[in-house]
Amino acid sequence: MTELLTRLIRKPQGFVGLSLLALVALACLFGPALAPYAPEKINFLGRFRAPGWQNWLGADQFGRDIFSRLMVGARSTVPMALIATFAGSAVGAIIGVGSAYFGGRADEAIMRTNDAVMAIPGLLMALLLVSTLGNGAGNAAIAIAIAFAPGMARVTRSVALNVRNQDYVKAAIARGEGALWIIFREMLPNVMAPIVIESTIRVSFAVMLFATLSFLGVGAQPPASEWGLMVADARQYMYQAPWALIAPSVAIAVAAIAFNLIGDGLRDALNPKDER
Amino acid sequence: MSLAWLIRRLLLMAYTVIVVSILVFAITQILPADAAQSLLGENATPEALAALRAKLGLGDPAWLQYAHWASHVVTGDFGVSMCTSQPVGPEMLAALSRSLLVAVSSILLTLAVAVPLGVVAALRQGKFTDTGVSLVAYLGVSLPEFVTATLLALLLADTLHLLPATGYVSPLEDFIGGVRHLALPVLTVSVILIAHVMRMMRSETLDVLKSDYIRAARLKGLPERTVLFRHALRNALLPVVTIIALDVGYLLGGIIVIEEIFAIPGIGRALMVAITARDLPSIQAGALIMAATYVLTNTLADMAYALLDPRIRYD
Repeated sequence: MTELLTRLIRKPQGFVGLSLLALVALACLFGPALAPYAPEKINFLGRFRAPGWQNWLGADQFGRDIFSRLMVGARSTVPMALIATFAGSAVGAIIGVGSAYFGGRADEAIMRTNDAVMAIPGLLMALLLVSTLGNGAGNAAIAIAIAFAPGMARVTRSVALNVRNQDYVKAAIARGEGALWIIFREMLPNVMAPIVIESTIRVSFAVMLFATLSFLGVGAQPPASEWGLMVADARQYMYQAPWALIAPSVAIAVAAIAFNLIGDGLRDALNPKDER
Repeated sequence: MSLAWLIRRLLLMAYTVIVVSILVFAITQILPADAAQSLLGENATPEALAALRAKLGLGDPAWLQYAHWASHVVTGDFGVSMCTSQPVGPEMLAALSRSLLVAVSSILLTLAVAVPLGVVAALRQGKFTDTGVSLVAYLGVSLPEFVTATLLALLLADTLHLLPATGYVSPLEDFIGGVRHLALPVLTVSVILIAHVMRMMRSETLDVLKSDYIRAARLKGLPERTVLFRHALRNALLPVVTIIALDVGYLLGGIIVIEEIFAIPGIGRALMVAITARDLPSIQAGALIMAATYVLTNTLADMAYALLDPRIRYD
């Protein structure tokens, strides 16, 4: 584990990714303490104030401090994406490993259906689910998790097929272990590495998808300072206050790039031979 | 491409469409505890609720509701919009044609830009151009569409006044105006697609350049240009077909946001309007048509791939 981290940091992309992640984590953990103002404090005298010493990143149409809103909003953006990815990956991984374990006709049926579910684009699936479950941050996270599961199932299954043919799995079957034992205790631990890599990259999609749902008005609801929502708010005034638009956009990009870089870095660190 | 393979592939396509239709119907109509209540809102009168429940057949078992809906959909009848009382199917297909205009233009632009850039990046692996191209590609995939769209609009429409910020003009009626209105949405979609295809093209070219037949071609004394264009590019381009087909799925999702931002009356915007208005038949028709488009594109791409590369056999 330590060795892996060292190898990750040595690569420029891993180093940049981890540094950006540290920034995002800092905002998530200590955001409210770092914010100089209350995120919903309205100041009509300071409407559309340009970035400066009073408001480091400027103020929005209500004179709310954008830096403070970003810091506090980190909590309503990034953890949601993490939870959604984790849940989606867990469900997908179990389906994928299960499919590989059963094999044959069952595998064929499961994977064909899985592929069919993937024919619904992720955002469309999430929108349909949220429109049924009702608007809100929690439901958006559930929708993202469900939308992610089939993709993870496909990735996991392709790795699990190799594991299925390993001697220790055959031995477990010969010992007469049950299906659940073999899936959870023998196969799942051995497909963790690719799942972790894939999930890390997917967190960046989840961040974007979550922000998009909020942007479309079905995710986090006002007056939350979720980053996608902040972009949606700022669009109306983008001529007067472009900083209100650019700041949350950059925040979303930083979070997405961080997870993307780390995912790619992890892939390289785990397969040192593949020098691409 | 044998006949058996073709039949198998078409059966798979049919199965996919059926699964998708079941999912769409289940999520929109079966899953809500009372679809009528959620359609009409909390202030609906009991009479209105009862009338709508009867109209939707909500008292029937789930499979019967689905069978009823599906038997109409097969004949192209998606029902009548709850907002406009117009048939939903033709409206959605007209919207789809406008979306496809954006999608196809974006794909063409992407191919024209991303393929050469990816090859150049691969040829200058590790050099400044390569790093630059990779960095831009990273930014492209790490920005959500709505951010790219808004930033591009801020730059090209508001600050530089080069292009109209929103709206749609049919290129058939006014070609210049149509193209000017399409420019921003197409550019937005392309930024993301280019990033994707370029990364793929780069790694494919790198792989091919390392292969034995390229080594053989070089050792044979062929000029570098012939090696590159006749031997390397042909093979590196093949997987791009698949990537583009898979990206159509992303494109169809992204187009929802982009049409919303640039006010293009395509299928994505129609779907968003339907979701906001809780117009059940429109939501079902829009979602099913979008997913079916994706399935069809993928099947066609698989066939194209099988024709282009006779080694490929899916079993």
